[in-house]
Amino acid sequence: MQVMPGEKLALIGPSGSGKTTILRILMTLEKIDGGHIQVDGEQLYHMERNGQLMPADERHLAKMRQKIGMVFQLFNLFPHKCVIDNVTLAPMLTKGVTRVAAEKRAMELLDMVGLADKAKAMPAQLSGGQKQRVAIARALALSPKIMLFDEITSALDPELVEEVLNVMRKLAAETDMTMLLVTHEMGFAHDFADRVLFFDRGRIFEEGKPDEIFRHPKQERTQSFLKKIIAAGHRV
Amino acid sequence: MTDWSGYLNLILQGAMVTVQLTVMGAALALVMAFVAGLGRLSRFVAIRCLATAYIEFFRGTSGFVQLFFAYFVLPLAGVTLTPLQAGVLVLGLNVGAYGAEVVRGAIRSIGREQYEACTALNLGRWQGMRHVILPQALLIMLPTFGNNAIELLKATSVVSLISLADLTFQAQVVRSQTGSTLMPFATILLIYFILALIIAWGVRTLERRLARGLDGVRV
Repeated sequence: MQVMPGEKLALIGPSGSGKTTILRILMTLEKIDGGHIQVDGEQLYHMERNGQLMPADERHLAKMRQKIGMVFQLFNLFPHKCVIDNVTLAPMLTKGVTRVAAEKRAMELLDMVGLADKAKAMPAQLSGGQKQRVAIARALALSPKIMLFDEITSALDPELVEEVLNVMRKLAAETDMTMLLVTHEMGFAHDFADRVLFFDRGRIFEEGKPDEIFRHPKQERTQSFLKKIIAAGHRV
Repeated sequence: MTDWSGYLNLILQGAMVTVQLTVMGAALALVMAFVAGLGRLSRFVAIRCLATAYIEFFRGTSGFVQLFFAYFVLPLAGVTLTPLQAGVLVLGLNVGAYGAEVVRGAIRSIGREQYEACTALNLGRWQGMRHVILPQALLIMLPTFGNNAIELLKATSVVSLISLADLTFQAQVVRSQTGSTLMPFATILLIYFILALIIAWGVRTLERRLARGLDGVRV
């Protein structure tokens, strides 16, 4: 599997098919049993020493993580910190950014996700959609080249899904970040992605342009998956 | 009719010693709780073993005997402690061992998703612990820390046995000088109780302050 710089990729498929695992591996939240992953021209889980590849140490992983950001299904905000502190914490700690600079950038990002007025609110005071938008701003604050979105609307009430998707559309339009998106929002995946990967039983079963996958899926399994999803009330 | 005011004064002096022991013992206990509690979660086997050995030893042996050991046996090895030093040392190490398990349990109770958020934001192990995990875990530790502090307060009475003039010691003095048992012991019972109430109130206040904003209602 290859992803080009700036590409928007949608990963779809039944639960347990391995799409979330791919994201978690890229974020170094899971250990890999074997194989190699290259990110931005460098090995993710290995490092070169004297022309040989060896397992990466914590320093190498930390370096590679700078390239990657992730937004989680359940937001994973820090509940004891207000919105702006959630966003500024990592830049200040990992990049040595001053508080003033970090807060300025955080306010720009919060403005982008439409939450500038909530900067001093605590996460518990926000709705699910608002929390997820803060989580997006928090990940963006580290300026990653690659963003991973793991079912970011699955835990939201239906009426809150759209506000998060709007932020995603804006993000796709305004930045050239590489984005990998695991989703069950087929309509959104269709409009958002340059390419769609259909996962089943731990493998990429079919891939192609959104139109190919959603309108004319070749594989029977892809067809039956999409049929089930549509029957469950998701638009395509 | 006995003149109680002089004896009351004696008891209040004892109360000061008890407070001093409690405060200093609690400070040492707090440090030990975090050192050993974090030690038990260390990546390194040696540190984990060391922390476990400390915790199990001090939980598993009598505090009374530990005190006698520190005061009467250590001098044989060339380490002489004043009664106050021995008291603070033993009480602090003893309660710290219980506190360490509180620290460990509270840290373990913070959900995996918080650790994963730390990784995704590229925080180092210690950075995540210091800024994300511990502040949340502290709130979980507090009620049990309050319990431990009250236990510590009551356990200070054991130092009267190495002739440190704390509340209990002074009550004994008053009893032997006046022959009255009701008055001195009723008085120190009340004083212990009031001190325990102060600790309970302090911990509750701290808890309320730390919890502010977490539930989305109070800010």
